Amino acid sequence: MANLTLVQAINLALVQEMEKDDRVLILGEDVGLNGGVFRVTDGLFKRFGGDRIVDTPLAESGIIGTSIGLAMAGLRPVPEIQFEGFLGPAYDQICSHAARMRTRTRGAFTVPLTIRVPVGGGIHAPELHSDSPEAIYAHQPGLKVVMPASPYDAKGLLISAIRDPDPVIFFEPKRIYRAFREEVPEDEYTVPIGKARVVCEGDDLTIVSWGASVVQCMQAIERSSASIELIDMRTIYPFDIDAVEESVSKTGRCVIVHEAPRTCGFGAEIATQIMERCFLQLEAPVQRVAGFDTIMPYYKLENDYLPDADRIELAIQEIGAY
Amino acid sequence: MQTAIGTDHLDFSVPEPRNALTSKLGSDTTTSWLRDMMLIREFEVRTMQAYQDRKIGGFCHVYIGQEAVAVGTIAALEKKDPLVTAYRDHGHALARGMDPKYCMAEMYGRIGGCAKGKGGSMHMFDRINNLYGGHGIVGAQTPLGAGLAFGTKYIDEVIEKGRSNRVTLCFLGDGALNQGAFHEALNLAGLLELPVIYIVENNGYSMGTAIHRGTTMADSICEKARGYGIRACEIDGMDVLNVYDAMKPLVDEVRETGRPAFVDMRTYRFKGHSMSDPRKYRPREEEEVYESGDPIAKLRDTLMSQGAIDDAGFKALGKEIRLEVRDAMKWAEASPAPTPEEELYRDVYVEAWGPYTGTTEPQMIKECEGTHGQDG
Ligand SMILES: Cc1ncc(C[n+]2csc(CCOP(=O)(O)OP(=O)(O)O)c2C)c(N)n1
Ligand SMILES: [Mg+2]
Repeated sequence: MANLTLVQAINLALVQEMEKDDRVLILGEDVGLNGGVFRVTDGLFKRFGGDRIVDTPLAESGIIGTSIGLAMAGLRPVPEIQFEGFLGPAYDQICSHAARMRTRTRGAFTVPLTIRVPVGGGIHAPELHSDSPEAIYAHQPGLKVVMPASPYDAKGLLISAIRDPDPVIFFEPKRIYRAFREEVPEDEYTVPIGKARVVCEGDDLTIVSWGASVVQCMQAIERSSASIELIDMRTIYPFDIDAVEESVSKTGRCVIVHEAPRTCGFGAEIATQIMERCFLQLEAPVQRVAGFDTIMPYYKLENDYLPDADRIELAIQEIGAY
Repeated sequence: MQTAIGTDHLDFSVPEPRNALTSKLGSDTTTSWLRDMMLIREFEVRTMQAYQDRKIGGFCHVYIGQEAVAVGTIAALEKKDPLVTAYRDHGHALARGMDPKYCMAEMYGRIGGCAKGKGGSMHMFDRINNLYGGHGIVGAQTPLGAGLAFGTKYIDEVIEKGRSNRVTLCFLGDGALNQGAFHEALNLAGLLELPVIYIVENNGYSMGTAIHRGTTMADSICEKARGYGIRACEIDGMDVLNVYDAMKPLVDEVRETGRPAFVDMRTYRFKGHSMSDPRKYRPREEEEVYESGDPIAKLRDTLMSQGAIDDAGFKALGKEIRLEVRDAMKWAEASPAPTPEEELYRDVYVEAWGPYTGTTEPQMIKECEGTHGQDG
């Protein structure tokens, strides 16, 4: 066991997968010599050399398109995009090619690709460096979308993603890159894609969340006298609706918390499925605490935008009193 | 310089020797350039301090070392000419005439900023001075540059039924050369014959990636433009007189012919890429070579040797600028932060509050009552 930050856990997963499988290679802007903007790939260039840790030109469409080609050729590329806002230039390659190749070729060609991307707000960055676009990619059939909220899950999920035969967007909540440490096994292990985690158990109410917001949920739970069950989705798509159903059937109340704008955020899909599956068990309408339907603001308003423990607490009270 | 076969006609005539035009301008003008460059330098030094003091958030890219580029190129423009650039944009904003206090307040995230403190360091906009940004996605401004030029040409020719007579300057970094958007933009500009000049502020690095590690033909990037039928030349961007001397005829020519041009402007950023950059990717000796060619010192020495300014005059200018920047910082600090009630939803759509869905009033006002304001 080692006491690691999320960044270190990801770094360790990359090292281990690269040691194990020489089809795994990393591409991206400044990932090599400079170890990446968030230093996630620190030390890898020294260890594996420029053939496997490839510093690319500043060209996201090229990075992802090339990675798709590599994947179709039988390799396991793990490209890094520096910030979620820079997925834009690569969107066409992701959604027009990576996501559709298996279907388009009836399985003759597949794209085992893992795109690592820092995501979300809370580091006082400007727009395009603080967005939460997970629902956009979850809406594209053919992609898997993952977002760990802890170092342990980050390592296990990344290994699963790299080994997964389909394209995975691996969102890394940058706000908690170094926010806390956790015991992480030094040996390899996997955390399955598509399985949620029950962070803490409770009977009165269920909170469903993912990414950095899980931390705010835990703060709100500590303050509350109610018995609250917290579910960290871990995978946005395919999502573990069974875990949500089981919990909400028990508690009858649910608050969904995410950073992305509320309208068409992934919370909307979860709320609908709760309605479909747990209608008779529900004691109150499902509540969402989310980012607002506006462009992610610059840092002076950032804390007003991000769901915080206060807003979650309010929702807990409101639905508890329903 | 290499010239590919068949593209010789895409070379600009070699600019006349330094001082050919500038010597005719009179020292008032050239002294004002010294002032402009010193203002940018002082502004950036203080910006770095404010960032370290956590008064500025977001990301912050300073222009120190590149001052001669913005000042020399913008001096060759007319005020009606549009200008668009990337995120290293404070220098362009100031050289274009934005009041430093608006620029500083924008970085402070205050309501007095040029975009109400909503954009920050990377997003300087100034309608009155025809500055169309400040853009954070590398290379994304290059098609905008083509569009702005298309726009002025269309308005001048189709709507006003006159001659196209505005020139758009579109700045980009050497890293942007590798983006698809850049190549699409150049092809469009070449094909449609748009009056735009692409100025690559070639400082040799894209973050930690030296230009030869990121792009082909790094020593002759003009060839990229020539590949799209666009005329191109290299200019030494560390000497403002030289920049103006080379840019003025070029701007005039583009205004006259309406055809695009491309400049490989050789420059250097003295500081790191952003505020958290240990600069391990380049040798200290290289930095020293460029620092010894500081564009501000160069112009100061020239003006002193011409007797246009003396030591006392130079010192007085420095003091005046320090006060101006200090006042700008005070003003920025006194400007209030935007409040969520007033600003979080504003300017998303034409309706003041935007068509937020599912609620009768902005969701945040309901949810944030009594909970906002942690950040002062
Ligand atoms: C599409 C996109 N990818 C990556 C980035 C992150 N990034 C910001 S600046 C930069 C380097 C750009 O270098 P260059 O174009 O040479 O401009 P300079 O910083 O030298 O002014 C990178 C990679 C970005 N802003 N946009
Ligand atoms: Mg550069």
